[in-house]
Amino acid sequence: MAVIRDVMPAFELFQPATVDETLGLLERYGADAWIMAGGLDSFDWLKDRIKRPAVVVDLSQMMDLRGVRDVGGGLEIGALTTLTDLVRHPAVQQRFGLLAQAAELVASPQIRHQGTIGGNVSQDTRCWYYRSGWSCYRAGGNICYADSPTAVNREHAILGASRCVAVSPSDTAPALIALGAEFVLRSRGGERVVAAEDYFVGPDINITQMTVRRPDELLTTIRVPDRFAGAQFYFEKIRDRQVWDFPLVNVASAMTLSGETIQEIRLAVGAVAARPLRLTAVELAVAGKTRNEQTAAMAGELAVDGAVPLRHNSYKILLMQNLVKRAIRGGPMQGEGG
Amino acid sequence: MAEHKYIGQNYTTPDLVAKVTGRAKYAEDFRAEGMLFTKLLLSPMPHARVIRIDTSAAQAMPGVKAILTVDDMPEPADSVDDAGRVIRANTRAERALTNEPLYEGEPILAVAAVDEFTAAEAIEKIQIEFEPLPFAVDPLVSLRPGGPTARTDGNVWFRPPTPPAQPGQPPPPQPPIDVKDLKWTEEQFAEAEAGRLPMGEVLADQWEYGDLDAGFTQAALVLDETYVTSNTSNQPMETRTAMAYWQNGKVYVHCSTQSTVQTVAGISRWLGVPQTDVVVISEYTGGGFGSKITSAISLVIPALLSKKANAPVMMRITREEEQYIGRARPSLHARIKAGFSKDGRLLALDFFGLSESGPYEGGNDHNATGRIVSLLYQPVAMRFRGMGVMTNTPPRGPQRSPGGAQGVAVMEPVMSIAADRLGIDQVAIRRINAPEGKAPFNGPNPQGVRPHVTSAFVKEALDKGKALFRWEARKARGGTRVGSKAYGLGVAVAAYSGGSVGFDGLFVIKPDGKVYIQSGIGNLGTESVSDVHRVVAEVLDVPWEKCEITWGSTSKHLPWTCVSGGSQTAHAMTRAAYATAMDARTKLQEIAARTLGGSPASYRVAGERVAGPGGSLTLAQAAQKAIELGGKYDGHEAPETVNVFTKRSVAALAGQGLLAVARDVYPRDGVTHSYTIGFAEVEVDVETGHYRVLDYLAVADVGTVLHPRSLGGQLLGGSLQGIGHAMGQKWVYDQQYGVPLAKRFYQTRPATILDAPVHMEWAAVDIADPETPVGVRGVGEPPVGAGWAAVANAVADAVGHDVFRRFPVTGDMILTSLANGRRVTDPLTANI
Repeated sequence: MAVIRDVMPAFELFQPATVDETLGLLERYGADAWIMAGGLDSFDWLKDRIKRPAVVVDLSQMMDLRGVRDVGGGLEIGALTTLTDLVRHPAVQQRFGLLAQAAELVASPQIRHQGTIGGNVSQDTRCWYYRSGWSCYRAGGNICYADSPTAVNREHAILGASRCVAVSPSDTAPALIALGAEFVLRSRGGERVVAAEDYFVGPDINITQMTVRRPDELLTTIRVPDRFAGAQFYFEKIRDRQVWDFPLVNVASAMTLSGETIQEIRLAVGAVAARPLRLTAVELAVAGKTRNEQTAAMAGELAVDGAVPLRHNSYKILLMQNLVKRAIRGGPMQGEGG
Repeated sequence: MAEHKYIGQNYTTPDLVAKVTGRAKYAEDFRAEGMLFTKLLLSPMPHARVIRIDTSAAQAMPGVKAILTVDDMPEPADSVDDAGRVIRANTRAERALTNEPLYEGEPILAVAAVDEFTAAEAIEKIQIEFEPLPFAVDPLVSLRPGGPTARTDGNVWFRPPTPPAQPGQPPPPQPPIDVKDLKWTEEQFAEAEAGRLPMGEVLADQWEYGDLDAGFTQAALVLDETYVTSNTSNQPMETRTAMAYWQNGKVYVHCSTQSTVQTVAGISRWLGVPQTDVVVISEYTGGGFGSKITSAISLVIPALLSKKANAPVMMRITREEEQYIGRARPSLHARIKAGFSKDGRLLALDFFGLSESGPYEGGNDHNATGRIVSLLYQPVAMRFRGMGVMTNTPPRGPQRSPGGAQGVAVMEPVMSIAADRLGIDQVAIRRINAPEGKAPFNGPNPQGVRPHVTSAFVKEALDKGKALFRWEARKARGGTRVGSKAYGLGVAVAAYSGGSVGFDGLFVIKPDGKVYIQSGIGNLGTESVSDVHRVVAEVLDVPWEKCEITWGSTSKHLPWTCVSGGSQTAHAMTRAAYATAMDARTKLQEIAARTLGGSPASYRVAGERVAGPGGSLTLAQAAQKAIELGGKYDGHEAPETVNVFTKRSVAALAGQGLLAVARDVYPRDGVTHSYTIGFAEVEVDVETGHYRVLDYLAVADVGTVLHPRSLGGQLLGGSLQGIGHAMGQKWVYDQQYGVPLAKRFYQTRPATILDAPVHMEWAAVDIADPETPVGVRGVGEPPVGAGWAAVANAVADAVGHDVFRRFPVTGDMILTSLANGRRVTDPLTANI
């Protein structure tokens, strides 16, 4: 059979209006159903005819999962809230600027108008071997094409690789981890709540999935507690182009200070491993320390402990180290008169 | 033409409203009754032979109307050039479909069906078997002893020598181009280990002048550097979609083309039908950057499918298909040995360049590289050697400043290193070596003479830019660091061909007093389709509002026109417009003299009248008179000098008013070239390796400014394209499997609007070229190299010359170079 790409094949389309309807469809079709939010990840897969779901459940008509609610100082973000709406929301801007910054650096304005927060955290990896339809480990095969002596892997993992070296492409995920967010997953069987960092899985746990979401579950809500509201935030995304690009590395941190002493910090990096990594060792090491260049340097070094470069991505170790340093320091190195 | 009313002034182009309102119709916007759609089956392998195709299941599908394979294609045919010489067909030429795909993504067959969905489903029902063949996606791998070759019979094109003419016989035709398997030795490749480009045998493209050895002996500084540039897709805004149908034996093609009139010959040759049976419709084209100079060979697919299915066929090309068939700039591997005197003069230049030329003809950019490098830096002695090496990657073609931009990109960093090593200012070293006046370029011709340019005011442009950019004041910040930020300043000179000669103009002054101008220029976004005709309004002193321009369809009686490629149009077609306006003026004077008495010379054309001793006629009256007089005045006779294409148009338009038609026969001493100087300041973040361009200035030496706004658009747009080459644009191929990894548009990383410099300005020296009546030269191309190299030089100024030897200069290169104190980037591997 000849292969053709770039034309969407036929599927049965459902456009449910409520969560209950959606959960009913997911229960009925299980793994045969493809959940589509903004479509930015889905359309690539569908048009390339690599993922061939029998059923697509398009969530675009489901208005009750859109919008941000202020809940006792924290936030309840409907999973279908667009990134643009998230960025523009006053409470997000004023108290959780970390998330606003991260969301605003996603892709391009057009994509942020269409893309949702639920989709951004749940999207599949962009490994160009895997996305080309090669039958790698992640696609159910028994090889990683990105981890061979001749592979081009400048954008791949330096940490947490286990057969697969793909990375998490999300910009909002590290921010949500740093804010201590929780993800609400619903199914016909009920509801479960997972910490943001536990929503994501690496290839050591599940090599074909990026998240713990089961086929019958729907990510409905993201809860951001008030714990880090108005804290010291740092977000930085390094990418090849200043718009419409995935991160080479991104970093997100939320920190509370007493004078210059770091009281509490949560820190996460993206695009260095298959899941966004919360750097708990760094968090523990810097808590109680004075926020200065020395602490920042120590944090940077500790962050990349155990990092293993592939042929073309040793720069990611330097980049991650420097970004963590900046997160502790609160910005780029300042100079005389800078 | 001392005072200009229209030349040098901004105006609203006649296509503007349609473009901004969406009313403009591009090829994809057309529909015809019973129109079918087609989808392509693309090769999944870099090189293979199709050993079996079974389309029966696809053909059995309702809705599938026809399937086209290479067996339906005409063989590549010999053609005849303007001088009547036979050009032998290349039997290995690209034919749009193939049974031996030479790159992943090459079209194998096309299915026409009632809609695209059905066509795609049908393709999935086709049984196809391939025999994989050896492949190469790196030119150096292909040149290694025992290395794979892109074609079964070789890896380099070569043209056997033409046999000598027999006395009394016409010269024999050149033999057809052939293919050779060329390998270099292990000894030659030993240099590659150290990151230096090996220099083995090249076949034909070499020349030299001056005493190279003496130059190196005298030199106070000799540099030997290797640079590699990336392959970059053209990816214009509009993909090469085409729709075709046949009516009464003629084929009508709605296509996307840079040139209207000259696209006819290409289609005629590809389809094997006479030129008079080809109608090209292309009122609007969403860019081409050189990849659609005469549209694209892929349009034969809908044209032939239409014939086979007996229905109109639309072939919409997706962004990803464009990545495969849409052409690209070839990468250049260059080794540069340059000897400088202590005061910065380039005494000797030994330039060696390999183009990665893809599997078909085209992409031998290195020849233009040699030409442009020799022009820009005027080396006292120079040797050039170059060769295209085939790979199993998409076909290359011209891309805005083909070869020139790569030459500038690899030569400019060498100039910068030399300036710093010799303690000379960066602007000064370029001024010392700049071309001036009728500067020579290239190697000597068979008579031993080097060609020269019509003019060059590069020194004036450097001086102007130095002042406008406040170079001296800014210099202090170059190379300084503030915290994590390092600042750098760069300047680069660039040049490219800037105009051709010998084309025709045609317009009719009708009895309504208006001037109806026929424009055979393609509307590819540069505005030259109307800009050049401002000359007609200027010469005749007719209000621009009374000039109506017809363009975009060869059924509308257009004159023979240059291709819009090689920055020819503004030069070539202002000349033709000037000649035609002068023809109108002469005819008006003659009509006035015949009608009102006196000598033609005593009449003056101005203010919509022709007036003299016997009184005056309005243009409307003169047009009426022209019809009454007939003959040459209303187009019933056409001058012998104009092209046959123009003659047909004249015949069709005859009798409608005063018909002006002329060929540009103005003399020209030299070959027209244009120049752009780029100035850039960058800020590099040494903690991330990433950088942004804070400020950029392009200064043009392009002759008289014709249309300032469109000139500015070309200068800044071209510069940004080049800046993208500096910062991020590239191809990525897996060497083991021979297939592209960066397939999505975003993955190839052309510059985005947020990568554009924070401040961006342009200026022009605005000095008329002395060898053309209106003084105008073309501009489209030189800005690319200027933007590219100015930014690269600025990065080098900020963080050191040693951080990069290949393009694009990405953050990872800078970061790892700084951290390791040496470059760790793979020096020579292609497409990583």
